[in-house]
Amino acid sequence: MTACRTIAAFAFAALSLCCRGTAAKSPTATAPPANSAATGSAVIAAGDPSGDWVLPAKDFSSTRYSALTEITTSTVKQLGAKVTFSTGVNAGHEAAPLVVNNTMYVVTPWPNIVYALDLTKPGAPLKWKYAPKPPSAARGVACCDVVNRGAAYADGTIYFNALDNRTIALDAATGEEKWIATLGEINRGETMTMAPLVVKDKVLVGNSGGEFGVRGWLTALDRRTGKIAWRAYSTGPDKDVLIGSRFKPFYEMDRGRDLGVSTWPPDAWKIGGGTVWGWISYDPSLNLVYYGTSNPGPWNPEQRPGDNKWTAGIFARDLDSGEAVWFYQWSPHDLYDYDGINEQILVDLQINGATRKVLIRPERNGYMYVLDRATGEVLSADPYVPITSSKGVDLKTGRIAMAPEKDPKAGIVVREICPGSPGGKDWNPSAFSPQTGLVYVPHNMLCMDFEGLEANYIAGTPYVGADVKFYAAPGSKNRGEFMAWDPVNRRKVWSIAESFPVWSGTVATAGDVVFYGTMEGWFKAANARTGEVLWQFKTGSGIIGQPITYRGPDGKQYVAVLSGVGGWSGGIVVGDLDTRDKTAAGGFANAVPDLKDVTTKGGMLYIFGLP
Amino acid sequence: MMRVALTCCALATIGLVACERESRSFHERQVVAARAEVATQTPLTIGGPVPPTGTQSPFQGNAVGVSDGKRLFATYNCSGCHANGGGGIGPALMDDQWIYGYEARNIYETILEGRPNGMPSFRNKIPDYQVWQLVAYVQAMSAQVPIDVAPGRDEHMQVRPAEPITPFKGRKQTGHR
Repeated sequence: MTACRTIAAFAFAALSLCCRGTAAKSPTATAPPANSAATGSAVIAAGDPSGDWVLPAKDFSSTRYSALTEITTSTVKQLGAKVTFSTGVNAGHEAAPLVVNNTMYVVTPWPNIVYALDLTKPGAPLKWKYAPKPPSAARGVACCDVVNRGAAYADGTIYFNALDNRTIALDAATGEEKWIATLGEINRGETMTMAPLVVKDKVLVGNSGGEFGVRGWLTALDRRTGKIAWRAYSTGPDKDVLIGSRFKPFYEMDRGRDLGVSTWPPDAWKIGGGTVWGWISYDPSLNLVYYGTSNPGPWNPEQRPGDNKWTAGIFARDLDSGEAVWFYQWSPHDLYDYDGINEQILVDLQINGATRKVLIRPERNGYMYVLDRATGEVLSADPYVPITSSKGVDLKTGRIAMAPEKDPKAGIVVREICPGSPGGKDWNPSAFSPQTGLVYVPHNMLCMDFEGLEANYIAGTPYVGADVKFYAAPGSKNRGEFMAWDPVNRRKVWSIAESFPVWSGTVATAGDVVFYGTMEGWFKAANARTGEVLWQFKTGSGIIGQPITYRGPDGKQYVAVLSGVGGWSGGIVVGDLDTRDKTAAGGFANAVPDLKDVTTKGGMLYIFGLP
Repeated sequence: MMRVALTCCALATIGLVACERESRSFHERQVVAARAEVATQTPLTIGGPVPPTGTQSPFQGNAVGVSDGKRLFATYNCSGCHANGGGGIGPALMDDQWIYGYEARNIYETILEGRPNGMPSFRNKIPDYQVWQLVAYVQAMSAQVPIDVAPGRDEHMQVRPAEPITPFKGRKQTGHR
């Protein structure tokens, strides 16, 4: 109970906002016309022709699709490394580089250094460097390596999060601080690892710490000052969750008063997770932002009877007020750490003869969901990996039917739970090509054994209560896969088997080429229509970063990716862990004990181009 | 008659050996308060090497104390970061590499004071004798306690070789990682 009081005491104290150095002078660099995020007057359209890459997801719809066509299925074979740049950091590099105004921006894992590289000069020399110096102690509360998923650009400003819960705005031309907002507290287990989304006058950011009994939130900051405009918690009373009169969930199971309190044991919502460490999309016509909430805490589900709202689900909120408009829960009363924070791709699809505004979500629980993004109605939910943990999704009630024989009980080992905790797919985002109509999904093929254990809440330490060990799905030798999925006909079109889990992002291009990386360090280009691997290059370390493509100052198309193994899946390499313990690295020691034999750590940026 | 004598003899031998299995005093909890010497963090010392302090956990030879340490290792969420010795957020403890020293006193200080790269300080949160039980268990993970004192098999999912058969017995513990 002391712990709960401590939490309560910190909960609001930590909201203190530190602003300094609000730039007096206006930024020297003006945004190119393509950066419509700068003004909010238009949308960053899919396939923005400017050739820049201003958000990790490329556009508000999160397509990660580029309209550039110089690199095609026939020219891709001539790709070669043009520039490499060592980040000087050895942890897992999950970020997407950004390219704006002939400058490339890279944010590293802790200590979260931001580099600006001048693409107009030979070798892309350093333009400026910014070191936010988050304390080393913050590393002790980062669940799965000290990763960072990238920065965002708008209107002459680079926005990113430092591990110690600071959102930082930098002048994109000079690297000078514009403002710093301190939003959380490491002593409570909070960190920040996600990439912000900048829309209109807001910067949207969320916290990490679902394995530390953190109470999750999404916060909107004023883009110019860093002041909090609104904060929406993922648990607790409706007023904290910003649930009001506009809230109309599609399904009965998500309706009711203060469900963020009543679907938990007393006070458990205060340490219940639902963090917001993944991806945010935005639909300008509905003025709605979409984002997922993490797993509830602790993992041991017996300690939190109830549906545990609003964890492991997706919110649609009004951008300006933060009010919730709808919510859908992928995994009510999550049993297996089916963390619900993956990307949502906003597209219009022809479904049963009608054009529907949908949201595509490859979810951790193994289902590929297509939702109506105006209402939250589930149009389809199809397995894309082997699933034993559930029997399907009931489209009438919206509820997933969990398999009773796989229900975890403390002290009992439940075997062959598929997918395992890292899910059919973890955080690493998919891409969508309007040209092929396919979703390109880098993902896992993992199952697990799970034993629930009693978790104790001690602020600042993990709150999990489970021993897990992962392994390749029975009957399969590959632990990962890169696949193309047809969201209209609801089927896998092709796939490339990978020995290790595919933990990188991907990019799709109008040249009908898709790029992704492997944990051994191969950077691969595949034919977007057939899945044939057309070209590959072995980088210095395993790839878990997000590739991008852009038009350089010379008018040519380039592809860039960060190499540098780590993250949850690469933890045994980064931490030099002992794989005789199968539960090391949160269960990945059992799944990838051979990773140390095929790669070593080290962050390096690679830029590829045609001759 | 001869057979009975032999049996008695054998039983007596077993009995005597069994008595040597572990040594335990009833005063460990008082003893721990007296240990205040500080261990250096490095084998590199100005003026030449200094022998190890030789400080041991009072539970070093105490199977019950080590076993309690194992239970506390889960209770205080040590396992949340170090898993079952293989590591995760924090380093592995069952191997032979130590960032902040392998001696009992080093491990004691690591738990009590924390370390700057993520290890929290448990000062004033855990009774001193429990810290020493944890120290003894952490040393058991890397085979630094007598083999018959280390915990045997447990009743959970098989996740690692049992502590007594962790094959680092006699391996030199180092400061590198």
